[in-house]
Amino acid sequence: MKALKIFEEVYKEDVIGKNFSRRETLTKGLGFGLKVALAAIPFGLLETFSNKAYAGGPSNSSIVGILNFALTLEYLESTYYTTGLSTSGLIPSADSTVFKQISKHESDHVALLKTTITSLQGTPVPLPTFDFTAGGTYPDVFSNYQTFLALSNAFEDTGVRAYKGQAAALSGSGAVLTAALDIHSVEARHACEVRRMRGLKGWISYAEANRLPAAIYAGEDNTTQDNINVTTITTAPTISVTEAFDEPLTMKEVLGIAGSFLKS
Amino acid sequence: MDNHLKSQNTFQTALQTPLARKKFLKYTLFSGGTLMLGLDACKKGNPPSPEVTDVGSGDIGILNLAYALEQLEAAFYIKVNESFYTNATEAEKAILSDIMYHEMTHRDFFKAALGRSAIRELITDFSSIDFRSRSSVLGTAKALEDTGVSAYNGAGQYISNPDYLTLAGKIVSVEARHASAIRDLLNPLSAAFAGDDVVSPTTGLDFSRTPNSTTGGPSIVATANTFLYTKISAIHLP
Repeated sequence: MKALKIFEEVYKEDVIGKNFSRRETLTKGLGFGLKVALAAIPFGLLETFSNKAYAGGPSNSSIVGILNFALTLEYLESTYYTTGLSTSGLIPSADSTVFKQISKHESDHVALLKTTITSLQGTPVPLPTFDFTAGGTYPDVFSNYQTFLALSNAFEDTGVRAYKGQAAALSGSGAVLTAALDIHSVEARHACEVRRMRGLKGWISYAEANRLPAAIYAGEDNTTQDNINVTTITTAPTISVTEAFDEPLTMKEVLGIAGSFLKS
Repeated sequence: MDNHLKSQNTFQTALQTPLARKKFLKYTLFSGGTLMLGLDACKKGNPPSPEVTDVGSGDIGILNLAYALEQLEAAFYIKVNESFYTNATEAEKAILSDIMYHEMTHRDFFKAALGRSAIRELITDFSSIDFRSRSSVLGTAKALEDTGVSAYNGAGQYISNPDYLTLAGKIVSVEARHASAIRDLLNPLSAAFAGDDVVSPTTGLDFSRTPNSTTGGPSIVATANTFLYTKISAIHLP
């Protein structure tokens, strides 16, 4: 908890524009770091990070585990947009402002997560090698703009669900939770924009996958919240009830989706 | 669907019609706390002010603040959908209709989930909005959605029940989708959907604010109150 308190102070400074200049102070006298790459974490341990409340807040090592999971997703998105933007003739000039903005945010998220993990005495996972064709499933991802848009849509909607799925496990982590929430809503802004560029609604109706893997939208048609069947207490139509709540995914479910884009 | 909309609209119109003084006094008689205020104001010859509703403390306080914001948003979009602004396109109408139903869903959900802990139904005051004007309507929508996103983000760390935190997460991302869509209607295919005015260009973090924070402008509570006839407060929240 002491480590967290100090981290919160440092984080506050970063928010108002200073750097993590006190990192040296931080590294002194603080406890453990999770010095393993995410890839090395067995699924059993991953599950303990998911959807679990810790009295008095999560430990640093569990926070680092979650942030390394997030970093892996941000690496994926950041690499995807950097590649897309540097592929000439892929993104129409009318759409390039949008993707430059998204790309900037994903790079910022990578940098912020790495700094945060280091500040918590953890080791950021290294940049993985990606295969955005997913083993040949999307061979034209960087030559067909519609495919590029579709996978962007997939990554952004998955990102929203991934961060949402970790919120409860970060409960009690103060500034770390706020940062995760602040990233989460940015991913949602991105997701809406890219969906609309695909000609879709910005929100998710039922569990409609729109030609993307069904796993990405599994459970999005949920209409029961806090044990209330919401369709019975509102005059809004059922489709709106499903749209009005975005649903979380567990770490394992997200890695199942993202895993197909990691080069084995 | 049309029937739903119609009955909601009738209800909402009744709520939003400026209360005649006589009606208002009649209304205050039903609420003990307000009666005193109302009579006191009458004695001084000023128009009566309704009592301020405090959202409460802890998780209930945060959920009630969310309920207040959702009531406000729902009422706003219901009014927008009653009679769209001049030259609204079909695509714009579809988006504004969807958002109305989402906000009604959120409002009704919070009311049901809070049960007896729920604050009253608030009375809105949209007299500052020109509902015939696209820029007035979409500008207000943008402000409301961005306020909602920053409020949920800022309140998250003060929610002690992790289930409520996840629930807030389920809603805030939908508010962020709304903000993105509205911003893109105002400035199509620009960076505005996640603009540097709300997402820090150096950290990539969305704006988050605690309910009473005045950093960077009026607080969440103050912003909500500009559109409320029955004001709210959050004196037990940060």
